[in-house]
Amino acid sequence: MNIVVAIKHIPSIADDLPVKGNNVDFDSVDFVLNEFDEQSIEQAVLVKEATGGTVTVVGVDMIGELDGVLHLALAKGADKAVKITGDDPAADSHQQAKWLAEAIKGMSPNIVFAGVQASNDLDGQIGPMIAAHLDMPYIGGVSSVEVAGDTATVNKEFAGGFGAKYAVSLPMVVGVQASTKPPRYAPISKVRQVAQTATIEKVAPSGESSARLTMKKMAPPVVTGHAEMFTGSSKEVAAKIVDLLKSKGLA
Amino acid sequence: MSNDIFVITEHMDGKFSDVSFEMVGKAKELANAWGGQSVSIVVGSGISSDGFASDSTIQVDDETLNRFNPEAYGKVIEALVKEKSPRLVMFGWSATGMDLAAWLSARLGKPCVAYVKGINIEGGALIVNSQIYGGKMMADVSPEGDMAIVAVLAGSFPVEAGQGSTAATQIASPVLLDGLKIKFVEAIKPAAGDVDITAQTKLVSIGRGIGSKDNVELAEELAKKIGATVSSSRPVVDAGWLPRTRQVGKSGLKVKPKLYLMLGISGAPEHLEGMKGAELIIAINTDKKAPIFNVAHYGSTADLFEVAEAMLELL
Ligand SMILES: Cc1cc2nc3c(=O)[nH]c(=O)nc-3n(C[C@H](O)[C@H](O)[C@H](O)COP(=O)(O)OP(=O)(O)OC[C@H]3O[C@@H](n4cnc5c(N)ncnc54)[C@H](O)[C@@H]3O)c2cc1C
Ligand SMILES: Nc1ncnc2c1ncn2[C@@H]1O[C@H](COP(=O)(O)O)[C@@H](O)[C@H]1O
Repeated sequence: MNIVVAIKHIPSIADDLPVKGNNVDFDSVDFVLNEFDEQSIEQAVLVKEATGGTVTVVGVDMIGELDGVLHLALAKGADKAVKITGDDPAADSHQQAKWLAEAIKGMSPNIVFAGVQASNDLDGQIGPMIAAHLDMPYIGGVSSVEVAGDTATVNKEFAGGFGAKYAVSLPMVVGVQASTKPPRYAPISKVRQVAQTATIEKVAPSGESSARLTMKKMAPPVVTGHAEMFTGSSKEVAAKIVDLLKSKGLA
Repeated sequence: MSNDIFVITEHMDGKFSDVSFEMVGKAKELANAWGGQSVSIVVGSGISSDGFASDSTIQVDDETLNRFNPEAYGKVIEALVKEKSPRLVMFGWSATGMDLAAWLSARLGKPCVAYVKGINIEGGALIVNSQIYGGKMMADVSPEGDMAIVAVLAGSFPVEAGQGSTAATQIASPVLLDGLKIKFVEAIKPAAGDVDITAQTKLVSIGRGIGSKDNVELAEELAKKIGATVSSSRPVVDAGWLPRTRQVGKSGLKVKPKLYLMLGISGAPEHLEGMKGAELIIAINTDKKAPIFNVAHYGSTADLFEVAEAMLELL
């Protein structure tokens, strides 16, 4: 089984997001692994453990700092890491999807994992775009993947706990929402050790595509309403909340 | 090329989702401005689709389309869009629309905008407003060319404007639906047996900020003191700290309690979808720019653990 996992490095939304020109100022934010990729790496490794095969993680190196998350993926059980040397922080999702599809094609994958979404995918999700380029079926919002022979059985989530089970003939692209089990933890010491020994294969970007969107403006939301803020020490805040609840008959 | 607007409606067990009507209402407004038609597209089998306020409704009816199947639905929608060349195709940014919008965009080489909150026409051109970075950033973009695809966040437009009565025209599938690689196997129902959070009047809801499974106990204690139940955001459930039945939001449950006390939840659009109608929302979050403060009635940037401990002492 050739299992490929596309992983993405995105600005941490726990931080302030300063704007420069018409985009987030990538120089002044921390980049983190997209949260759904953590789930997707785990699901891919679980499939490998069940069926045998190789897990290759691949990403477009947008800001020249992708190695860290590739090392993390290796420490969590991936076998090989590949980076597409995009080095163009402004490349849109359509362009990245094309580069990824071209690189992944050469890996002859049986199954390609992507995260269900990333918070900054203005021009749409990459998983379905990769599937379109590779002419493979795509199914997203998936919370369990099992492979037997050349068929994958996946559970897709709708809302409110409803979902559906599908059988898909491989090869396919799957958009992971959550893995069957919570992602395993990789100790820092192991990630460091991997960083010293692992080799990351470099692939030059190939193929062209464009989102065909013209950015007019990017800015934090104009706030129409804001919470009334309780200030003071934590004890004072707690007292104010308790008073409020009591005054409304809620405590 | 037409000035028509396609709305790809969505349904489950014969019932259309709110976002379908929300989009139809918006499509009508845009079609009026452009001098085109608003067209509701229903892909399915044997459902009653006469309740949209659009100029027309096309229902593609085929037994194979009985259940959502991204491959089959994608092929049908692609064929219809190719045949009729609408100027705008609207999907919901939902469990189903998310599988299709970007796929169609890549297949047709037409621009796509995700996380859409607003759509306006300025000087004949589309300006699409998109909410990215978990609600911390808004972008205004203009799609190039003669056709655009948008994926709309639920709750962005009024539902009522899309409700009406328009007879649906039934057509057979424009493509052959044999040899599909994706096959529906069975429906999955919500797990039963736990408390029903949608029936509770008070919820103490915890997010990733709770930090670990061990800390969930603190929220349980606080909830008990005020007669509330503990609910949560998605990451808490994905980490295995609470059962799926406690999840509030887009892929969880929609709640409308009298009290929604939030500890360490940022307020991503997917969470807001499930709780923004709560009567009293109080949010504790150390990030003063957390989007939840634009929705909550009261808030504090104090540490959730300190506040929860102090509340326990006072109650
Ligand atoms: C298709 C799809 C469906 C989804 N469905 C849902 C859904 O149903 N429900 C849902 O919730 N999410 C859903 N999500 C996920 C959603 O996008 C967000 O990832 C999620 O809501 C974030 O949860 P959070 O606020 O707990 O975590 P985070 O965004 O990580 O926020 C944690 C917050 O805790 C604060 N914090 C940390 N420590 C402290 C402290 N000591 N004291 C006070 N505050 C602290 C931080 O400032 C931060 O704002 C879905 C995503 C997708 C793609
Ligand atoms: N530059 C990238 N490199 C590798 N994978 C990516 C990249 N961008 C997006 N992806 C994949 O697509 C998923 C969804 O991201 P997005 O399409 O941006 O919503 C991510 O979780 C990744 O699996």
